[in-house]
Order: sequence, then structure tokens, then C-alpha cells
Amino acid sequence: MGLLSDPNRRRALIGMLTRLNAPICMICYMAGVAWFMGLAFEPFTLRTYMSENAMGSTMVEERFPAGERALATGREFAAHKKKTGGMPVDWLVRTMQARGLEVYTQRFSRKLPFPDEDKERYMVKGTNVYGILRAPRAPRTEALVLSAPCSPGNENNQAVGILLGLAQYFRSQIYWAKDIIFLVNEHDLIGMQAWLEGYHHTNTTGMDWSPLQGRGGSIQAALSLELSSDVVTSLDLVLEGLNGQLPNLDLANLFYAFCQKIGVLCTTQGKLPRNDWDTTSGYSHAVQTMMLMVLKQASSRPWGDHGLFLRYHIEAASIKGVNSFRPYKTDATTVGRLLEGMYRKLNNLLERLHQSYFFYLMPSLTRFVSIGYYMPAFGLLALILLLRALDLWVQLSSPPTRTTEDGVEVVPASPGVLSILTPLVISHLTGVALYTLPVLSQELAVEHFPVSETEAVVLTAIAIYTGGTRSHDTHRLLAGEGTEQGWKVLKLVAVLYLAVLLGCTALINFSLGFILALTLVPLAAFITPHVPKTLSAVVMVILSPGLTLLFAVFFFQELQETPVTLQEGWMLYLSVISQGILDHALYGSLLYPLAALLVYPCWLLFWNILFWK
Amino acid sequence: MAARRCLGLWFFLITLCVVSTGADVLHTTPVTGTESSAAGTETVVARELPEAPSDPGEHTAAEPTREGEQNDRTRGGEQTLGQPTREEEQEQEKTREGEQTPAQPTREEEEEEEEQEQTRGEEEFTREEEEEELTREEEELTTEEEELTREEEEQTREEEELTTEEEELTTEEEELTREEEEQTREEEEEQQTTAQQEEQTKRWEATELEEEHVHDAAVPPLAGDPPAADPPSPPPSKDDFQEELVIRPLHSGDIYASFQFRTVWDADFMGDQKVSHYRLFPKSLGQVITKFSVRELHISFTQGYWRTMQWGQPYLPSPPGAELWVWFQDTVTDVDGTWKELTNVLSGIFCASLNFIDSTNTVQPSASFKPLGIGNVTDHSFLRYATLPREIVCTENLTPWKKLLPCGSKAGLSVLLKSEKLFHSTFHSQAVHVRPVCQDPQCRTTSMELRQTLNVVFDLHTSGQGKREWSLFKMFSRTLTEACPLASSSKVYVDVTDNPQGEQFELSPATPLLTQAVVLGDRRTYSVYDLTQQASFGSSRSLNMLLRWKNSHNNVVPPVMLRPLLHSERYVAGYGLQAGEIHTLIYNHHPYRAFPVLLLSAVPWYLRLYIHTLTVSSKGKDNRPSYIHYQPSKDRERPHLLEMLLQLPPNSVTEVTVEFERALLKWTEYTPDPNHGFYVGSSVISALVPSVVAMDTNSTLDRPLFSSFFPCKEEASYFMRVYTEPLLVNLPTPDFSMPYNVICLTCTVVAVGYGSLYNLLTRTFQVDEPSPGLAKRIANVIRRFRGVPLL
Repeated sequence: MGLLSDPNRRRALIGMLTRLNAPICMICYMAGVAWFMGLAFEPFTLRTYMSENAMGSTMVEERFPAGERALATGREFAAHKKKTGGMPVDWLVRTMQARGLEVYTQRFSRKLPFPDEDKERYMVKGTNVYGILRAPRAPRTEALVLSAPCSPGNENNQAVGILLGLAQYFRSQIYWAKDIIFLVNEHDLIGMQAWLEGYHHTNTTGMDWSPLQGRGGSIQAALSLELSSDVVTSLDLVLEGLNGQLPNLDLANLFYAFCQKIGVLCTTQGKLPRNDWDTTSGYSHAVQTMMLMVLKQASSRPWGDHGLFLRYHIEAASIKGVNSFRPYKTDATTVGRLLEGMYRKLNNLLERLHQSYFFYLMPSLTRFVSIGYYMPAFGLLALILLLRALDLWVQLSSPPTRTTEDGVEVVPASPGVLSILTPLVISHLTGVALYTLPVLSQELAVEHFPVSETEAVVLTAIAIYTGGTRSHDTHRLLAGEGTEQGWKVLKLVAVLYLAVLLGCTALINFSLGFILALTLVPLAAFITPHVPKTLSAVVMVILSPGLTLLFAVFFFQELQETPVTLQEGWMLYLSVISQGILDHALYGSLLYPLAALLVYPCWLLFWNILFWK
Repeated sequence: MAARRCLGLWFFLITLCVVSTGADVLHTTPVTGTESSAAGTETVVARELPEAPSDPGEHTAAEPTREGEQNDRTRGGEQTLGQPTREEEQEQEKTREGEQTPAQPTREEEEEEEEQEQTRGEEEFTREEEEEELTREEEELTTEEEELTREEEEQTREEEELTTEEEELTTEEEELTREEEEQTREEEEEQQTTAQQEEQTKRWEATELEEEHVHDAAVPPLAGDPPAADPPSPPPSKDDFQEELVIRPLHSGDIYASFQFRTVWDADFMGDQKVSHYRLFPKSLGQVITKFSVRELHISFTQGYWRTMQWGQPYLPSPPGAELWVWFQDTVTDVDGTWKELTNVLSGIFCASLNFIDSTNTVQPSASFKPLGIGNVTDHSFLRYATLPREIVCTENLTPWKKLLPCGSKAGLSVLLKSEKLFHSTFHSQAVHVRPVCQDPQCRTTSMELRQTLNVVFDLHTSGQGKREWSLFKMFSRTLTEACPLASSSKVYVDVTDNPQGEQFELSPATPLLTQAVVLGDRRTYSVYDLTQQASFGSSRSLNMLLRWKNSHNNVVPPVMLRPLLHSERYVAGYGLQAGEIHTLIYNHHPYRAFPVLLLSAVPWYLRLYIHTLTVSSKGKDNRPSYIHYQPSKDRERPHLLEMLLQLPPNSVTEVTVEFERALLKWTEYTPDPNHGFYVGSSVISALVPSVVAMDTNSTLDRPLFSSFFPCKEEASYFMRVYTEPLLVNLPTPDFSMPYNVICLTCTVVAVGYGSLYNLLTRTFQVDEPSPGLAKRIANVIRRFRGVPLL
């Protein structure tokens, strides 16, 4: 600390930092990116291991025999579903009751803020059916959940079949210590949201649901099953939940352990773990897997029905059956045995899953990167902002000394509060408009333009977004001419604002924070009014949050090996925007308000600096 | 004494009834009046009976619970299982005061008339015929002994019973008051069982008569009694032991077995003489009672939660985990200290963690728990109540419990109590209740009653393998071969209410003995096996009852959810680790009657209840509790206690919500498994529930019109206690797995970050003159002396 206390040495340090500011920033940026890319390199990562003692040492014996019968039940379910044209509530209630469960139903209804064109729904009405297997000699304090969605069309019938088959098998076992809730939810996430809100008696999204009649205490863990074929080649584990939350890593470990034991191919992000880390293709495979996870997590949306559980501190994951053209197939009995094993292990839990990591990235199902390893990558990027802020601070405080040396008493024109405050306020007002207007003005837009409601919302959002860039010289509205000091103060404020914003975001959702930092930090670092206007403006637009999303969409499709054309990509981009707004309205996803109310205004501040006069 | 009791009674009346709505007061008060008069008459009648005083074991007629039960709830073999209620106590109090109005027609008389009316058609004709027939059969049997088949054995048993019954028939009507069983209709029906016997008689059991001569030591055993049932010669202070098992096939296909073992001892534990000679009464408990001046002790260990929606009401409710409540004698000065010692001693006796009961989980309910035995205590400072919802019950608790039985697990019904089967069940609950009861109708002296109960529910799907067929062997992997030789009565009851003509299931070996009882407001019929009769065991010398359902599609038909009149659920609402809300839902499924309930919830201090957020609403409207007793918690000292008297509107759900905040504990206060969560014990709902029998206003079909205009008061309501689920609440928990990392990180942050910042902010920087050297200083001193300017 002598370094800072000693004025001379402090001066020297600051001098060096200001002199070498640009090169240090460059180095930091490249180091950050390199660190991040290194995370997928296998020698740098840790192998997953089971931390939870209660699930580790004792292997259970799986005996689920009735896969074929479960599939038959699934077919029966499909027939009834077709007949009723929706959820066959009565049939499900009867079937579950016949299996000795306590069966309850929950009705719910939700009017979406605007029609969801992807899933073709607007006024949603549905019923969840769930049966509780009461554990013998247990006081209803803990529960596990197994859910399967009742999807439209021919999807997920096998999942419901296996769910019912497992219910029947589980019912005749004596060893359960936790109640097991078998839930068939209608309208996928909306039904799940209604059920979870009903279970916890909260209402965060203004949905109408009938109160639940039966409960099983605090839910310890949940699995959601999605299965649309009689045989599967592999099972895919989906972890990413609402707002980038992840379940405890032990849940993934548990899945992997049982896949290994039973001999089922298992994937995450649809990618098999590979052993050839030392080859380029092996490394790029790991990078792709990790990037997919980063992109999914950054999207802040639940990637399966499990995603909504995480808010309630319930560890949950989705297991999706994949039926590709590989020769080796796994039948329903094996899938049932896998689930049985997982539930028996979860049943052994004495405490909630808490031993392993909650913050991690997975370059493959067998490898993980913990928060301690990935945070430096973000830290290096955030450091750039702090260095720039320090530089600006020094610049702002140095002019007075220079004037005294000249012997001329020139009081530097301190920037008016108004010239700083005006851009801040106006950019935030634009953000508020971006947040509120699209949904509010959809009727108006539909009346005047030949578009549907959904298109109206998305196009309004894009219009406001682009319209916001017109407010580039707001500082002159009230304060007149901007000064040299003025933009520096504004930039100092903006840089610190961005640092705090990204720092907080990265703590909650690393992927989102990192992707935003990757694009916004260079922009924040180099923007001054003195750089070439046109070129910089183009760069700024390219690096703006909106276009970042567009690139992310293309990149995601590329990673998923389903590349899209420009036209398709644009359509996808529009639907992603509408989904983002819907996710916020339906499930409380925070990406849309974060982007509209904070990130976009922050970007507008830099836009203002670029056009400072 | 009477005056004090009266005071207590009215205090109680005020808390329970008067504070509720006006209509209810109007309704309730006449009920008690009538009932008291009825009870009074009973007592008078009982006094006239010559046998009454000499029958201490079974017929403590003036014992309050008995009396209350006599009035209404549990007529028949089940009387020992009924819960005495406050109302009963009130009635009994009144009876003692002699407030009865003899002019009013009593309940018994009405009922008598009813029964007579009902059965007159048959009875008048059949009785004589039967007697003739029986004598005929007897003759046949004596002559043709070699042809005795199994059914005929049964017949003989019946005959024996019948003869005793005949003898007593004349006094029967008078004696009806002494036991509820006697109140049950005693009718003999003709039953056609097999082709061999043209007509075999199926009778209503005259339980009291048999029991009387079986186990009353003062009266010489009657000729028909097997010698095995004779108790050994009576000791100076009389004690008596009874055992019974009730088997109830449940709606869901599961089966419920309830054991009761009752030891009554005419010893005054609180008297001057020290009780030192123990016979049937367990010495370990007796000493505890004496040492800690315990008036009443109720302790239960339960593993599992009673599923009211599927199983209906239990005979004896208990919360998951351990529950202990004790009334101390008013001579105890340091109640808390005694309580602490008592819990530690009981912890040793029952091998349970009762020593974890301390002031943080002990409460003193003001209204919910009243003494069940005789007693005029109203000062709840002598009451302590505690639950341990986390307590796991297993064999180590069962063994000491079985050791308290006179026969241990060697003989009698207790041979069935094998832990490998008892813990292969859905619900297991064992309890010990000690309370003082009256010895005689005048209640001049008291006896100590020890009642050990064990309830177990076997699951259809896990134990029954989905097949609806139950037998004693299948349930307990044992059969019955003998009664406990020390027991004065040993019976097995099977609930056959839903099976009057054997259309639902088949019970084998068939027993001709039937008894009726009003249990939990519902009139139930039971088949009775008397183990003191050798004939019960048949030729195979072992009794293995078999319940076989007839229609095989029973497995296919899913069991429907019941709608019990009163049930409740409780849960924690909200998410996150800061705040939350406890919701308690109380359902009243009665179509038209409102009734009051007392809700008690004790919440640990680490959930800080915000009592201003307490809301009670029914049918969307605010429901003001007429009585609230709230004791706020003190951190680390005592829990919250909230007691409320609520009126439940008919056919409604009443929701009680209160918000709480989760406290951050000190790091040593966390349990070894903090992420499991912390338990909040069950809430207790005590209620007087309108009975199903009283609801049945259209039962004029089998009753004479003149008897059924006014709803029968005694059965108008019955006492019930419902326990809600315990709650598991997560508290904010530090990550204990990495204390080293945390300490290092925290220290580094404090030292580097905070230290340097503090340093920079508070220090003033000055350019320091280098201090002069030693030589210079000496030179300066010299210069100062010389008056020369300093260097």
C-alpha cells in the first residue's frame, strides 16, 4: 500500500497507466478472449465428479420392467388426446387414480400480451393433472417432481407413457422417503408456470389459476421428460433455465453417472463428449458445445419445462430423447430404468443438492468450468472499463495543474450538470419507450399498418430502437454547446455505468454479461468525438445490442448445424424478439427489461459521445 | 370441588362456545342441558345396580370420558377409542352437580324406544323361538358330540354367549347406562349361513355382560367361560388389563389396524403412601408419574402422515414425529424444571430424542389441550406441550413401548407387533396415555389409567401387492393363538359397516358376534372375535382372519377421494430465502352446519411471524376469530404461539395466512445438515364436528317417526383433533463447505481493500523534514546553551 500512499510513486504509477492505457486495454481484451477460448481446452478444465455424499457411493439397482406397457399407455394417451383435441383430463385422472396416486387437477388461463405466432396461441386455457405418490411413513415435507408435457400433435406421448409406467412401478415400492409428484402439464411452460405459482402460492406474472388441492411439501428436485419416439439413440440433458440459472452440477453428474451405468448415449447441447481433446476437431467440438451453452444461457429463457423450477430453488433439468439415424437404439425400459435410478438416488438425498457448483459452463458432459475459472475472462474485459475510467479521471483532474504552470488563471469551464444529465435522462426515456410502447401500441399499429399484432410489436420495437439513435445530440437541447470537459465527464459516467451494469449482469448470468462485454467494451473504450464519425458510427451500430442479437441468432444456428439463409435468419430474428418480450411477460425473464431499460440507454450514451459537438 | 369444576367448566364453555356466534350459543347450550340430564339419569340408574361398584376395571361409570361417551359418540365396542371432549366434560361436570332435570325424557329411553320399535317386529317373535331353537341345538350337540364341525363349534360359542345373555337380559335395560355397548341395540337376527345349519343366529354382541363376568375378579366366572380367561387372584389394589385390536378396511383399499392396551390400577400415585408394589402397571412409568407429580401424560410417536382424504378419520390422531403433552399436579412449583427433567427421563424410557424438548419448542396452549381424565384444572400454567416433527420412529422406540405391556410381546395381541412388518407400512403411530379416571360412579377415588395404542396402516400396493385381500398373517406375519393370560378382555374387532350382508368382502372365519358403536360421529358395525373364548381359534388353534373382497374389479375401480367433514392442509408460500407466508387451509365439508374450531400453531422463533399480516378469510370474506391468544416469540428462548377460535361456515374453506421473515442464525445454531431445512411442527385443529349420524335427517325409514323429529343431541357433534402437515423451511444458509476459502477471501478483502482505502481516506500527507542526526542534535543543545543560533 506504500505504492498508493507515497505520492511520488503513485504519480508514477498513474502516469504509466495513462501513458500505456491503450496498449494495456488491447492486451486485456485479447487476454480475456483468449482466456475464454481456453476454457474449452480440456487440460484446463476439471472432470465432473459427484460431490453429494448421499448420491455417490451407494449404487441402486434398477428394476423397472414395464417399458412396453408404458409405451402402450402412451399410445392410449395419444388416442385420447386426439379424441378430446387437447389434454385428456378425465382419462389421465382415471389412469393415475388406478395406479394408486392422489390425483388433482389445476385449471389455468392466460391471455398473452400479443399472439404468439410460433406456437399459435393467444388466449391460453388449460388444465394440469398431477398425481402424488405419497411416500410411506413420510410426513409430506419433501417431494420430487417428474413432469412430462402434454404437447399438441404427436409429440411427447411416449414421455407421458413412461411417466405413467414409472408411477405404477414406483407405487408398489416401499423405499420412498419423499413424495413423488407426477405432473402432466398442458401448454408446456405456461402450464408449468401456473402449476409452480399455484404450488408456491405466488403470482408474479398475473396468470389466472385455480389453487392446488394437494401438495407434497418442499420440492427437492425435478426432472422434465420429453420423449417423442418409442426408441431413442441418445438422451440429451438440458440445464439452462430462466435468467440463465443452472441447476446444481450434481444433477448433471447424476444423469451422466446413470447413463454410464446403464449404457445409454448421453449428450448435452446435442453433442457427445469426445476424448480427442488434443486434435483441432476435438477442441472445436468442445468450443462449440460450450458456445452453445453460453448462447443458451445468455438468452435468459427456459430451454425446457425444468427452467421455471429454478426460480424456486428447485434443482431441475430436462431430459430429451433424441432419435437420430445412429444404429444403436435404447428402448423405453432402459429409459425407465435410468429415471428410476435417478429418482432413487434423489430419494436418498438428506439435504437439498448444494454440494456441487451452481455456476459452471460445460464444454462437454464430462467436463466443467467452474465460476473461479471463467470469471477472470470477464474480469479482464471489465478491467478495460476501469482503466479507461481512470484515464478519464486523470485527464479531468489534470488541466488545472497545467493552467497554474502557465501562470494564467484560466478556470476550466466545468461542464454544466444539464449537459450530462440531459443525455442520461433522454436515453433512459428512450429505453422506457422501448420497453413499454411495443406492447401498448400494438392495436394502434395494427389499425394503421397491414401487419399482425406480433409483427406490430416487433416492428415497433425495432422502430423505436432505430429511432432512438436520432437522439445523438441531446446534450445541446438545454445546455447549448458541449465542451471538451463535457464529453469527458459524460464518458466517465457512461464507462462506470457500463462497468457496474456488466459486472452485475455477469454475476447473475455470466454468459450474458460476457457477450455484452465482448461487444460493448471495445466500443466504450475507443469512442470519443474525435474519431472518424462515419466509420465509428458503422462500428457502433454493428456492435449495438440489437445487432449483437442478430449475429447471435446466426451464430447459434451455425453451431447447431442448421444454418439459415439471410431471409430465414431475419425472420428468426423477428421471432426471437417477440419470444423475448413474451418470455418476460409470461415467465418473468429479465433479458428484455435489462436490454431495453439499461443496456440500450448505456449504448445511447456512447452514441451521444460520438456525436458530441 | 364441585364449585371449582363448575368454574372450570364455564370458563371452558365461554372460550369454546359463547364467543362464537349467537346462533351457535343458542344451539349449543340446550344440547349440553339435555345431555347433562341424560347423563344424570344414567348415573342414578347405575347406582342402583348392585354390580356397579364391584366392577372397577371396566365400569368406572362415572369416569368422565366414559360418561361423555355414554352420552353420544362411541356406543358399543369402540367406546375406549373415542376422544372425550370438552363438551363431555361439561356434561359430566353438570352431572356431578346434580343439575339434571329428570322430567325430561332421557336419551337412553328414547333410544330404547327406538330400538324396541325397530326390532320389535323381529325381536318379540324371534327371541322365544331362538331360545327354543338353541335349547334344541344344545340337546343335539350334547348327544352328537362326535359330529361337531367347525361351524358347530361356533354355534356352541354363540350358545354360551347367548345363555349368559339370557341370564342378564332382564337387567340389561337398566344396565344400558353403564356402557355404551349396552346402549347398542341388542337384537338377534336370524342368519342363514350354510346349508348344514338351517338357521344360524347372528347376534348383536352384549359386550358388557360378557366382559363383566369375564374379567371382574369380584364376581365368580360363569359356567360358560373358558378357564384360560380367568385372571389370577386379585391383588389388594386392583388392577386390570384389557387388550383389543380394531381392523378397519379403508376406502382406498388399504387396511388400518389399531391396537389398544389398557391398564387400570386403583392406586393413588399422589397419595401419602408410596406405591411400590407393581403388578400390571409398568413400574418405570409409575415411578415417573410419582416423581414428577404428573397428572396426565400423553406421548405419541408417529412415522408418516395420516391421509384424511383417503382414509377418513383415525381413532387417535397424532402428528408426524413425537408429541408430548403433560398436565402436572398443581403441587408442582417449578413446572419448567420438572418438565425439563421429565422429558429427559422419558427420552431414556422410550429411546427417543425427547431430550431435545426445551423452552424453544415448548408452549402452554391456553385452550386446545384440556385434561382428558378427571380433573378440575383450568390453569394452563401446569400444561406443557411440545412436538418434535423431525423425530424418526423405528424399532428402538417400539421395543421399550412393548416392554410396558404386561405380556410383553409374548402372548396376546402383542405377538402381532413384529417390527419387520409394522415398519413395512404406510403409517405407524404408537402412543402412551396416562390419565386419572374415576373408580366408581361417585368418583370418590381415582384410578390411574395407562392406555397404550398403536396404529398402523398397511398399503394396498406395497404390502398387498395390489391384491385386495388381507389376513392377519399377511399384515403381521403372525397369527393369534391365545389371549394375554393377564388380560381380562381380549378382543379383535373388524369393521364391517360397509359390508352388512357380506356383499363387499368375505370375512373368514365368520363370527356371529356383532357390535355397534358410534365412532367419530358415524355408526359403525363391527364383527367381534373374543380371544378369551377358545372357540374363537377354531380347530386349528390359531386365529388368522381373512378379508377377501368379492368382486375382483375392485382393483380396477380407482378409489375416490373422501370428503371428510373437517380436514386441513398447510404449506409455505413464496420463494426466496427472505420472507414467506404460512397458509393454513381448513375445510368444512358439512353441507349446512357451521362449527367452531380451535387452531393452535406453534412456530419456532427463527421464523419471525408478522402478526399484523394475519388474515383469516372464508368464502372470500374476512372471518374474524372470536378468540385469539398470541404469545410472541423470544429469540432463542421461546416459540410463537398462536391460538384462535374460528367459526367455519358450512361448505367452505377457511384460509389463515401469516407472513414471516427467516432469521439468520448464528453459525453454531445450524444443524449438521442445514440445507435440509428446518421443521415447523404441525398445527393442531381441535373441533366439535357435527356428526354424520346427526346429518342423516332422512333416516326415518328405519326409525319411528316420533323418535326422530328433534335431532338427537348426543350425537350432534363429536370431538376431533386434526393435525396439519409439518413444514420444512429453508433458512438462509452460509456455505459451510468452504469455510477456509471464505475466511481467506474475507480477510484478504478486508485487509487489502478496506485497509488501504481507509488508510488513504483518513491519513493526511505531509512532507516530512528529515530528522537531524544525533551529532547535530547534541551540537544544537550545546548551541542553545551558548545562545548561538541553532544549526
